[in-house]
Amino acid sequence: MRSVGKNVSRREGPEKLTGRAVYLDDLDIPGCWHGVTVRSSVPHGRIKAVKFDPAFPWSDYVVVTAADIPGRNVVTLIEPDQPLLAEGLVRHREEPIALIAHADRAKAYEALKHVTVEYEKLPSVLTIADALAVKEKIYKDDNVFKSFLIRKGDVDQALASADVVIEGEYRVPHQEQAYIENNAVAAWEEDGVLVVRGSLQCPFYVVKALKVLLGRDESKVRVSQTVTGGGFGGKEEYPSMIAGHAALLALKARRPVKIVYDRHEDMAATTKRHPAVVRHRTGLTRDGRLVAQDVDVVMDGGAYATLSAVVLSRGTLHAAGAYECPNVRVRSRVVATHTPPNGAFRGFGAPQTLFAAELHWEKIADVLGIDSLALKRKNLFKIGSITATGQVLRESVGAKSCLDVVVRRSKYAQRRKEYDRWNADPKKPSWKGIGVSVCHHGAGFTGSGEVYLASRAGVALTRAGALVVLAASTEIGQGTNTMFAQVASDTLGVPLDWLEVETPDTHKVPDSGPTVASRTCMVVGGLVRRAALDLKAAFESEHGRVPRTRAELKKAAAALCGAKPARRFEVQYEKPSEVTWNDATYQGDAYGVYSYAAFAVELEIDRATAETKVLRVTTAQDIGKAIHPLFAEGQIIGGCLQGLGWALLEEPVYNDGVMVNSQLTNYVIPTSLDAPPFDVTVVEKPYSRGPFGAKGVGELPMDVPAPAVAAAVKHATGRLIATIPLTPERITAALAADAEAARV
Amino acid sequence: MGALTLTVNGRRRTYRGAAFTRLIDVLREDFRLTGTKEGCGEGECGACTVLLDGAPVNSCLIPVGQAAGRRVETVESLGSPEKLSKLQQGFLDCAGAQCGICTPGMLMSAHAHLKSGGKADDASVRTALSGNLCRCTGYQHIVDSVLAAARGKKKKASRK
Repeated sequence: MRSVGKNVSRREGPEKLTGRAVYLDDLDIPGCWHGVTVRSSVPHGRIKAVKFDPAFPWSDYVVVTAADIPGRNVVTLIEPDQPLLAEGLVRHREEPIALIAHADRAKAYEALKHVTVEYEKLPSVLTIADALAVKEKIYKDDNVFKSFLIRKGDVDQALASADVVIEGEYRVPHQEQAYIENNAVAAWEEDGVLVVRGSLQCPFYVVKALKVLLGRDESKVRVSQTVTGGGFGGKEEYPSMIAGHAALLALKARRPVKIVYDRHEDMAATTKRHPAVVRHRTGLTRDGRLVAQDVDVVMDGGAYATLSAVVLSRGTLHAAGAYECPNVRVRSRVVATHTPPNGAFRGFGAPQTLFAAELHWEKIADVLGIDSLALKRKNLFKIGSITATGQVLRESVGAKSCLDVVVRRSKYAQRRKEYDRWNADPKKPSWKGIGVSVCHHGAGFTGSGEVYLASRAGVALTRAGALVVLAASTEIGQGTNTMFAQVASDTLGVPLDWLEVETPDTHKVPDSGPTVASRTCMVVGGLVRRAALDLKAAFESEHGRVPRTRAELKKAAAALCGAKPARRFEVQYEKPSEVTWNDATYQGDAYGVYSYAAFAVELEIDRATAETKVLRVTTAQDIGKAIHPLFAEGQIIGGCLQGLGWALLEEPVYNDGVMVNSQLTNYVIPTSLDAPPFDVTVVEKPYSRGPFGAKGVGELPMDVPAPAVAAAVKHATGRLIATIPLTPERITAALAADAEAARV
Repeated sequence: MGALTLTVNGRRRTYRGAAFTRLIDVLREDFRLTGTKEGCGEGECGACTVLLDGAPVNSCLIPVGQAAGRRVETVESLGSPEKLSKLQQGFLDCAGAQCGICTPGMLMSAHAHLKSGGKADDASVRTALSGNLCRCTGYQHIVDSVLAAARGKKKKASRK
């Protein structure tokens, strides 16, 4: 092997490091106008009138409303419930109503001040509790977009006969992806083809949405990704909306139009992580063995279905944690509220339910008088364990290895004692704590999702001797370009720099499915490897061997391509024969395989201000095989810091159904001074179906920090605070409530 | 509307337009130096960091009039893809750039820190970069990149 497992240079690194990489707003598009969006200012209301100031020079502008949509007014995703532009009714704040474009950006924004929307305000439902109480009907009769039920064994009977039953309720808030490049899309028509370029994760999602919206054949829509400044799920589905807007403006203006959101608009209007309330009722033996888990999950989906059903599915499938229990019931619902729709964000439902599953052990530990680490060890997944869906874990289970590494490297036992002594001294200015978590994360789409996707990827050999990886998976910082080149070149046995990676352009690459769900390396990388094997076989049978020099490659290419300009070796996803899944019963192999992570965090809380400083993080993550160890470590550290942000700092504040702190000034994400030093160990328990043994790494790091932080805060303060973020205000309030209770 | 001159990356440039136009817009739109990025437009994220007479500033908060007669340096002044500067090479070797959108600003803050004789230790570098937000890396590889450039050697692949 020549490059897999080595820290080769980032493919597009030199361009990114010199300012030459072209992001959407850097594109020099001749004659391009700027598009802006008229948005709703009420959470629920009937539009009585959209008034355009008669004194304003509208003839200099292009204005688009729902009446200009040639096809169906819908953002196609899972359910056709979300309009591209509101017609008649608005169902959340910041909902798009009309679009305006002008040659001059400042003048486009100026026009927004000359549009007035008049509403008849309608009662709104803004919280999970009000949605469940059906204060107002938003979606069908019960405001439930989707529900799931997983059953294993007999939970009621097991709870009735358990030595102890312990209950807990855990709450997590929205979270903003906060990629540093805001959403941005440009569109224009070229020889009858609508061309869309944009900062996005899933180019084929956009094609599918535009096809319905414009009533056009797929061949007349071409979507390609520009260099993308971060995604984290936030550019999974929302770019379809913006692309639709840009397309309508461009078609009406008969010229290119770009829409580049500013930070406030991006934060207030686009998708966030789903907030959730998770309740656990857990039966155990007195010595701490799980006998029953009864879990109830409710998430807030916002005003439209978007990806909520799938987010809930992943949340449901991870809700019991990385532990074996003979009797499990998980009931879950995602409800509709009159708030901007929530959507994909790294982890996709799992961080919400894993927070509850992990932190609940602290409560159990208190009741049983057994250390939570010992309890986790006793119940943790191992080879042969059977999950809540009845999946037998046959291979690649690194949970215990990760936990062992973290406990050893963090000096968990020693630190615990040390901090206990520190905290017992009333003269110390702070409390200190250490907390540990261990989580699993399913790689690839849920259940039969990969089968429905039927993803394709390939490797092309051109007549001139170029080797080109063809995949729709986007580089959004995680290292896709580099990783694909590594996988393809090592499979072929040729130098890394022989491989090119095609831009994700829907007219050039096959549909490899979306760039989400920790699937790019494991699933699409696996397809690239299979395609490369086919090309290798063709070299061997038609040329005698895989070429060893560039000159030989040219000769072989001419022979293999014949008269054609290129030969494409494309393959389609094939379900591993051992994977079975039943969508109706939610039983079977929920994911082909799971990645595992353990995480220890040490922190210090100021006794006067309740400010928390994270001192150190120790983490070990089993990802099967690190194709690029340094990039894998980058995913782990970056994902863990997002998790620490969610646990300690980040809290979108909603007022009347809209995020009011929609600025980086008051929505605080971690800086270099907030970030602790990370001690990272990559554990490699190879997966037989992954390329070179690789599993997913993208989302896993997001799962572990929050429950470990809450456990460490409990160690430091003695108080289990079951709601994040653990801001100074929340910690102070919890301790004050304790003091109050102690007085009574 | 008057004309004003400023020195951008060693070259005298003339800007004809309103003196209160944001420096970032002049750099990106008038001079087509698109390496400088806008992330928030309110001086929080640091993606638009450029050097004004050698000191890092948020170019989204600086009216171009304030840069008249002064020296502006952007990421384009550092190196080219064919010949990266030592600092850029540090970022390439230590994976200091992921999505790359914060990178030009990070580089300019780090460049100013090192050039002004700032200390090449973890705490000093973190302080120097604390006005530049990155959502991808968790900062550790960025700090490693700057330290590697300062010490002129590659970071080992593993820290174990």
